[in-house]
Amino acid sequence: MPVVTMPKLSDTMVEGTLVKWRKAKGDAIEVGDILAEIETDKATMEMEAFDEGRLTDLFVPEGAVIRVGDKIAMILGEGETAGEAQAEAAAAPEKKKKADADARKPVDHPVKAPAPKAHGSATPAGSRVKASPLARKIAAARGVNLSAVAGTGPGGRIVKRDVDKAPSGGGGPSVSAIPAIRAARGIAGEEKSIALTGMRKTIAERLLASKTQIPHFYLSVAMDGGPLMALRRELNAMAEKDGGQKLTVNDFILLAAARAAAQVPKINAAYDGDAIIEYGDVNLAVAVAIEDGLITPVIRKANTLSLPEISMQMKDLAAKARGKKLKPEEYQGGTITLSSLGGFGIDDFLPIINPPQSFILGIGTITKQPVVNDHEQIVVGHRLVVSASGDHRVIDGAVAAEYMNTLRGLIEKPALLLL
Amino acid sequence: MPVITYRQALNDALAEELTRDENVVIMGEEVAEYNGAYKITEGLWEKFGSKRVVDTPISEAGFLGLGVGAAMLGLRPVMELMFWSFAYVAFDQIINNAGCVRYMSGGLINLPLVIRGPANGGTNVGATHSHTPENFLANTPGLKVVCPATPYDAKGLMKAAIRDNDPVCFMENTLLYGDSGEVPEGEYVIPIGLADVKRGGSDVSLIAHGRAVLTALAAARRLEDEFNISAEVVDLRSIRPLDEETILDSVRKTHRAVLVDENKPFCGVSSQIATLIQEQAFDDLDAPVGRVCSLDAPAIYSPPLEELQLPTVDRVITKVLAVC
Repeated sequence: MPVVTMPKLSDTMVEGTLVKWRKAKGDAIEVGDILAEIETDKATMEMEAFDEGRLTDLFVPEGAVIRVGDKIAMILGEGETAGEAQAEAAAAPEKKKKADADARKPVDHPVKAPAPKAHGSATPAGSRVKASPLARKIAAARGVNLSAVAGTGPGGRIVKRDVDKAPSGGGGPSVSAIPAIRAARGIAGEEKSIALTGMRKTIAERLLASKTQIPHFYLSVAMDGGPLMALRRELNAMAEKDGGQKLTVNDFILLAAARAAAQVPKINAAYDGDAIIEYGDVNLAVAVAIEDGLITPVIRKANTLSLPEISMQMKDLAAKARGKKLKPEEYQGGTITLSSLGGFGIDDFLPIINPPQSFILGIGTITKQPVVNDHEQIVVGHRLVVSASGDHRVIDGAVAAEYMNTLRGLIEKPALLLL
Repeated sequence: MPVITYRQALNDALAEELTRDENVVIMGEEVAEYNGAYKITEGLWEKFGSKRVVDTPISEAGFLGLGVGAAMLGLRPVMELMFWSFAYVAFDQIINNAGCVRYMSGGLINLPLVIRGPANGGTNVGATHSHTPENFLANTPGLKVVCPATPYDAKGLMKAAIRDNDPVCFMENTLLYGDSGEVPEGEYVIPIGLADVKRGGSDVSLIAHGRAVLTALAAARRLEDEFNISAEVVDLRSIRPLDEETILDSVRKTHRAVLVDENKPFCGVSSQIATLIQEQAFDDLDAPVGRVCSLDAPAIYSPPLEELQLPTVDRVITKVLAVC
C-alpha cells in the first residue's frame, strides 16, 4: 500500500501535526525507516515506513495539521506508477471511512466508562442523540435530557411527542443544552489569543467530562512525614557514599500509594455503566507538568516494584514526558493517578479524577509544624497532607478511608517499603 | 356561484381584460381564426377582431420578440405558446429581452407582457412536449411565474398578470383545462405572490403548485380517512414572487413538510422551498423535509409509465407516512 496516510498514533488521536519530514522526496525507503515526526494530542512520535520503495511525493508541508487517514506521502516500489497506487488507494475507500469513523469515536482509554444507562431504548452513551430540531428546541426549553429519551420517530429519531412525554427537569438540562462558557472579549487591554494545542484540547475535554459526569467526593489526611524524611536522609547518605541512586520524597509516596492500592483493591477500579471493573494490576499514572500542559505517564504494576525500581522508572518517564517522547503504551492504561504539587510548595489540594479512573491522590509538600507527640508534648514535626478525590459510584467513603489509613501506615513507617 | 371550467375561466379573464383595456392584445399560433389549439381563446377573434387577436407564424422566437417590442411601446400583449415546451427556441426573447429590459434600461422601460400556455406532463405527448419550466424561468430575476391549479385562481391570476407591469410567465395545464370549479360572476383579481391554504391541517404541510395541488388534496383526503393524519395543503399559486410567510406559517404549525412538485427533482421548485424551510424554520421541524417530484428522467412516452413518473397520490402518502 504505497500511499502513506496519517497514522493513528494514540487512542484519542483525530489529527496530527507533521512536525518534520525525516526523508526527502526521491529518497530510497526501507521498511522501518523513520519517515517523519508527528505530533499527536499527547506526544511527538516517529513515524515508520511500512513499505519499501522510493519516496516519490510528499503531499503535505511541515507544520501541517492532517486528519488521521488522509494521505501524506507516496512510496512507490520498483516499476510501480502513481496511477496504480492511486487506484489501489481508491479501491479501499471503505477502509479509510472506517478509520475516520474510529478516529472520531470519543473513546479515550482501553476501559470505557460510559454515562449511566437509561431505561428503555434510550441512546447508548457516547453515540450521537438523534432528535429532530423541534424536539431539541423543546428539550432545551424544558430541561429534558435527550440521551434518556427513547425515540419513536423514523429510524428511532426523538420527535416532539417523545419529548412531550418525557419527564421535565429531573436530571436538569443536559450538558449539551448548556451553552459553552466563552471568554469575555475586549474588557482588559490588549488581548492575546492563544490557539489550543491538541494537548490543551484533550485536557479541556477530559477534565470537563470528569467534573460533569463523575460524582467526586474528597477526603484529606495530615500524615507524619518525619520518619520518611529521616529514612530518605539515611538512604541518600549511603547512596552518596557508594555512588548509588538518590531517592526523592515522591519515590516513597509513589510506592506507598501503589502498595496501599494493592491492599485495598476496591479503589483500583472503574465504573462501566452496568458493572464496576476491578483491576488486577495497579498501574499508577503520575501527573507530570510539561511545557503548555501536563501528561500522566503510567508506572505499570507499580505495587510490585522496589523503591529503586520505581524511582528509576519515574525518572525515565518524566524525562520522556518533558521531551514529548512518550509512547502510547507509556501513558495509557493507568488505573489510579497521583498528582503532586509538593515540589511547588502547595500544602494541600483536591485534584480532578483522571477519567475513566475512579481515584486520584493529591500530594502536598512536607512542612514543619507544631505537633502533639505521644507524650502530649508540642514539638516540631513534619506534616504531609495527602488528599484524595474518589468517584462515589465506585468507591464509598469508608473504603476510601481504609485506603488512606493503609497509605498512612506505609508513609509513617516507610521502612516497610524496603521489604 | 357558477361552476365553470378552467378553460372558460381563462377565456373569461381574457375577454374581460380585452374589454377593459384597449391596449390588451392576444397573439399566438392559431389563437384567432382557429379559436386556439386548446380553445382558450374561443370566440375572442370573432368578438374583438383581427387587430386585438392576432394569428402568428409558427416561430416562437419571432412572435415573442414581437410581443416584447409591442410591450416596450405600451401595449399589453398576451402571448400564447401552444406548449411551454416550445418556449425554448425563444429563450433569448424571454430571458434576455423580457427578463432584463427593465434592469438594463435603469427602470425606464416596463414590460407588461404575459406569456401563457400549458406546461405539464402526463398527456402522452413525449419528452419534447412535456416540460415544466417554471423552475428555470423563476430562476431569472425580472420574470414572474404563476401556476394556477383551479378555475378560480386561473381567472383571478390571469387578470392580475395582464395588469402587471412586468413580464409574467403564466403556466397552465392541459389536464386541468376541462376541470370545473366555482368562479364568482363579478370582477376579482388575485394578487401575484400570494399562496393559498387549500385545506387546513395540523400534522403535516403538503406544499404544491399547479396540478400537484390536486394530487396533494387527494392524498390529504386519504391520509385523513385511512391514517388519521391531518394534512394541510398549501397552494403556492405563484412561484416568483414566492409567498414565504404562508409556507413558513404552515410549517411552524404542523412541524412537517412534504413538497409535491411535478418538476424534476434536480433544482426543482421544491428544492427552493426545502431550502427556505430549513433556513427559516429549522427549529420548528420535527422531521426532515420530504419531496415527491417527477422521476428524474425525460418525460416517459409509455402512458402507464408516465403516470408513475408524475407525483402520484400513493407516493405522497408513502412519503408522508415516512416522516410522520
